[in-house]
This record gives sequence, structure tokens and C-alpha cells, in this order.
Amino acid sequence: MERTWCKPLPAAELLIKGGRVVDPESGVDAVQDVLVKKGKIVEVGKDLKAGKNTRVVDAAGMLVLPGFVDLHAHFRTPGREDEEDLATASAAAAAGGYVAAFGMANTEPVMDNASLLKGMARQAEADALIPVGFFAAVTKGLEGQELTEMGELGAAGAVAFSDDGMPLPTAAITRRALQYVKVSKRFIAVHAQDASLFKGGQMHEGPASARLGLTGIPDLCESLDVSRTLDIAAYEDAELHVCHVSTEKSLEAIARAKEAGVRVTVEATPHHLTLTDECVASLDPNLKMNPPLRAESDRKALVEALRSGLVDCVATDHAPHASEEKDVPYEEAPFGCIGLETAFSVLHKELVESRDLDLGTLVTRMSAAPARIAGLDAPAIAAGVTADLCVVDPAAVWTVSPETLQSRSWNSPWLGQELTGKVRLTVATGRVAWDDLA
Amino acid sequence: MPKRDLISIEDLSRADVELLLDTAESFLPVLERDIKKVPTLRGRTIINLFWEASTRTSSSFDLAAKRLSADTLALKASGSAVEKGETLKDTAITLSAYSPDIIVMRHPSAGACQTLSANTEASVINAGDGKHQHPTQCLLDLFSMRQNLGRDLDGLKVFIIGDILHSRVARSDIMGFQMLGMEVTLVAPPTLMPRGIEEMGVKVEYDLANLKDADVIYLLRIQKERIKAGAAYLPSLREYSQLWGISQARLGPKQRVMHPGPINRGVEIASDIADDDENLIAHQVFSGLAVRMAILYRTIVGYSDGAASGEVL
Repeated sequence: MERTWCKPLPAAELLIKGGRVVDPESGVDAVQDVLVKKGKIVEVGKDLKAGKNTRVVDAAGMLVLPGFVDLHAHFRTPGREDEEDLATASAAAAAGGYVAAFGMANTEPVMDNASLLKGMARQAEADALIPVGFFAAVTKGLEGQELTEMGELGAAGAVAFSDDGMPLPTAAITRRALQYVKVSKRFIAVHAQDASLFKGGQMHEGPASARLGLTGIPDLCESLDVSRTLDIAAYEDAELHVCHVSTEKSLEAIARAKEAGVRVTVEATPHHLTLTDECVASLDPNLKMNPPLRAESDRKALVEALRSGLVDCVATDHAPHASEEKDVPYEEAPFGCIGLETAFSVLHKELVESRDLDLGTLVTRMSAAPARIAGLDAPAIAAGVTADLCVVDPAAVWTVSPETLQSRSWNSPWLGQELTGKVRLTVATGRVAWDDLA
Repeated sequence: MPKRDLISIEDLSRADVELLLDTAESFLPVLERDIKKVPTLRGRTIINLFWEASTRTSSSFDLAAKRLSADTLALKASGSAVEKGETLKDTAITLSAYSPDIIVMRHPSAGACQTLSANTEASVINAGDGKHQHPTQCLLDLFSMRQNLGRDLDGLKVFIIGDILHSRVARSDIMGFQMLGMEVTLVAPPTLMPRGIEEMGVKVEYDLANLKDADVIYLLRIQKERIKAGAAYLPSLREYSQLWGISQARLGPKQRVMHPGPINRGVEIASDIADDDENLIAHQVFSGLAVRMAILYRTIVGYSDGAASGEVL
């Protein structure tokens, strides 16, 4: 079953020399050479020799990692190509070390029918530098009323179903969705949020919102809906994925559900893993996202959950917004920030270098774990597999700016800041999708 | 000299606040003359942008600038390009073409001053942004306290009573009062008390049981919208008045009442207090002029003592 599509590029002929290969899937953490022929990894070892027409990449001091997979991006196409399209989104993903990425269904029009999905798949074959796939909506028009044709959408290649951006409004429609999704053999990904507690909210509710005078979004707003949805999934024995979990209370509910055998997977974003509500004091609209940046205690709980595996994977919730939408007062700005190009840099710097997380675990949570949830083969650095990998210079310092970003939008929480760690090369499905070594 | 904004009370040090209050005091004689004008800011341009209704703040900023001989320009949202959908960024760029020295702005959204400041060379003075900050109100409150209760405000106990949740005045006042050594207690219905506010170092109470401890009672306006269906912060103004309204019967002899205005007689404040000369409410309005003169002056000439106001009067 095809669930991702990209444009045909020439197969890579590469010898990546002297990098530190870190691949928990193959049990490798050692300085090795990686030889890629016709887009496949043919050998991993010491002192490999390049043949004719093989480009040699000096990866000394660099990390050679299985490529990342993003389960949660917003490609903004169709409808808002001024913010992003498949060409720019896939370029941003490739520049972040991603070898596959999935777009959410809240496009204009909404991805709620198979003909649109098939059309976007053709678009991806024309534009996408890395394989991209699509979530289809749970309800028609994301209106929370009628189910989409999940059977046909699943057959057309929808990776799963989500009304992301909108919560499912009632327990009844959540239940129907979790029942009916079984016809597609896929799962429901929920944006958990109690609409009545969210209303008017601008940031996490706590001491920072009290001081800033911004209407708070309590942690309860998420955890009540997470708990309710988990209970329904348990009752229906359905597969559930929880999007962008942000609170300790939600994690407690998920831990209980996982112990009880509920089939639930969970993602967390780089911004929720590294930033807190205190950052919002600058009133920078690029720090306004939903779910909001939470308390330091929530952030620490998320990091621990990512380490333990309670949070299965990292997902970016890459949400481009046009500069004219974000260049307004904080309270008037839309929610969302981009994240594909900064994900590994910030997580490596903030979590791995601080020793909260080991590199192998981060790689698993960004690569093999989300790949498996999506139903893809886990990228690996081993002889015989298609090359899905990235080369990262962990010491490189770069400034996040409209000029350095591949995304058409630049609403990054780290805009204008220097980040440490840069992806230099990405090979996706055996083709060079990003090359920053020249 | 890099431009200096006043967006939050946190933009000021204690020394800055004290200098502003001293400067305001030095302007008082000007306000008592027959010709109430000094040439200090002659040739300077000050723009007042009021994107939200205001009587006291807009009139006192306008008059303060005129007393200092600055050229002023007043714009309101109604009748301006805002009604045609112009963004704040573009308004800032447009007005900056006139090279103003200061733009004073009131805006319904927190963060508006940051947007404005990022798009103009002018210094930005916040005249109230959403529920976030109202620093010049805080400064005039401090000035009224100093003029009426003595220069040393250290250790004074202030109770701020009312709709803390929606009040930018409360947030600026908490910071400013604490900066000058006062102890702040907040009293509000539980629905109108922001969760986590105690981390600002204030006492949080839900009734008036300890009101006798207050030296100053600072009342906040209760808006009728808080009762509407869907808001449901309060069951009725009547019950608010019974539980949290202040009348002479609840007041001790030395306690002074303040209110940023406009007042709601019979809700948060009884008429017997509103009409009593002992309250500081009218003095707060008076202070607004001198304090805003000081703020405009210091924003342009700088916060160093070397530029003492006496030299230029």
C-alpha cells in the first residue's frame, strides 16, 4: 500500500566517510563509512573505497543518523500556498533531516475525500523532495458531525485520520470515529482539547498568564479530553494516536491507559519539550501555539516520558503562517509555529547535550518510532536497505532567519536566534534531498 | 541615545520610578501658574493612538504634551484607516513618516506595544494594552500616594479589590507598589482571581475579613459584562456589592480609598465614599497630568539626573 509519494530524483551514489553512525535499530554507535550505490546502502564499515562516479562525503566529526519521520506537519496546500506548499514543505523537511513527513487534513478545502487525496498524491509526485503522505479528516469539513469515507480514503493511501486543529466535539462522534476507523485498518489521531475550557485562551494558565494578563488555557483543557478519548478507545478497543501532548496530567492518563493495554501512541513537539510558558513574557507571536507552551514541570514530565517511551515519538506540528498573520499583536495572532528545520538542532542541544536524553533514544523517537506508527519501514543504516539517512554537524552554529529557512514561512520560536547543530545532508528513499555540504 | 519604551512597569528600575515621581513633583508649580506651559519639548512630536475608549488617560496625555509645548496628534480607531483594515504594523510605518518622538498607545490586545515598537523609531508609551499593563496609571497612583501619605511608602499595606483577572491596572500596580516596598493583598471573587497570581508575592483573599489591615484600599471597576450568560463570573452586581463593595461602614478612620476610574457607584464603591473628600480618586486624576508630563519629558531627555527637570523649566 502506497502511503507516501515524492518526485523521482536520481539515485544517490555516495561514500559517507568517517562519521559517527548512530542507529539504535542496527545496534550501531561507531565511526563508520557508509557506501550508497543506486540509492541503497551496500556496505557499512571501516575504510570503504569509493568507486568511479561516487561522491565522497567527509563526515569526520559529524553524526550519520537514520532519517527522521514527521507524523504531524501542516503543508498548507491546497489553499494557502502563500504560506507553504509541497515543494517548500518537503524542502524544509529535508533540511531538517526528515525522510518522510505527513500533512494534516485542515487544508482549504479540507482533505476529506479520496479524489482530493489522489490529486495531492499526484502533486507530491511532481513537487515533493522527500516522500510525503496525508492524513484525511475524521469528519467532513472538520465540522465534527459526519464521518468521512474512511474506507475509500484508507484505500487511497491516507496514513490515518485526524481533525487536527479542531477537537472532536462530542464523546458520541469520537466513539463513532473510533468504531468506524477499523474499516480502514488505520487509526484516529486526536487533537485533545475541551472547547469550553479553551474558549478565548491565549497561553497556558498559570503564574505567567496571571502576570501577563492573558486568558489562560488550563492543563485540564487537554487532559480532560485525553482521558475521555482514552476511555472511549479502551471501550471500543480502537487504535488511537494522541497529537502534541503537552501536560503532565495527560501523560498520567496515558500511562494508566497504556498499562491497561489501550492501543495508544503519543507524540510530543520539540517546542513543548524545550520551551515553557515563561518564554511568552516577550509577547512574541511566534511563541503562540496550540497547545500552548506549558509549565516547566510539564516540560520535564514530557522529557522523561520521551526518554521512557511513554511518549512514542517526536512530531513537529510544523504550522506555517504568513508574516502578515503573525506580525500583529500577540493576542491577535493565529496559533502555530514552524518546526521541521529546527527540530533536531533544538532537541540535540537542549536534551542530549544536557544529558537528559541519550542520542540513540532521540534518534529512535524521531525515526523508527514514528515510521512504525505510520506503517513505514523504519529507516536504518545497514547494508541492503534503501538509504534514508541524514548527516548532521553537531557543532555547526547557524541563525534561524527567512534566508536560512527553506520553509516559505518563518514563524519559528527560534527566529533570529543562533542554533547549534545543522543537518548537512539528507538522503531520502535513496535520493539526495538536501545538500548543505558545498 | 537608544530609544526608550515604557511598555511595562518592569521596564523601570526603582531609581527610574523615583526619578519620574520627583520630576512630576517639579512640574507641579507649572500647573499652578496662570500660563501653564513650558517650552521644554518645543518642536517635538507626540502622537496619541487610542484604539480603545479612554477619558482620563487620553486627555491627560494630550494635555501633558501641550503643557510641554510638544506638537500633538490624536488618532482614534473609529474614523481612521483601522476601520479599513490597516494593520497596526502599517499604521506604525505610516505615522513614523512624520518622525514622531513618542507614540502613546492604548490598544485592546496585549503585545500591541511590541508590534508598534518593532515598526517605529519613536519611543512607545503604553497607555493600556489588553489586560496586560497600564504603567502610567501605576506611576500616577504612586504619585498620589506619595503626595498624600508621605514620601516613604515602604511597609504600607495596600488591598486591591475587584476584578483582578481582567485588570491591567492591577498588574502594573502590584509590580509598582511592591517596587516601592508596599505589601499588596488582592481581594476578589474566586472567579475573578487569576490562577497563580500569588507567585507575584501578593496575598490572595476572597473576602474582606482582613480589610482592617489595609492602609490603602484600591478598588477596581466591575463591568456588567462579567454577569452575562456564557461569562458567568458573577451571579449579580447586587451580590458583588454585598460581599466586596466598599462603603463608609466598612472603612476605618485612617484608610484611604483609590480607584482608577471610571467608578460604578453602588457596585464596587458606595456613593458615601465616592463623594467623600478623603478619598484620593480626584487626586489620582490630577496626578495623571504631572506624571504624564514627567514620563514624556524623561522619555525624550533621558532618565539621568544630569538632565534634571529644574534646569529647563
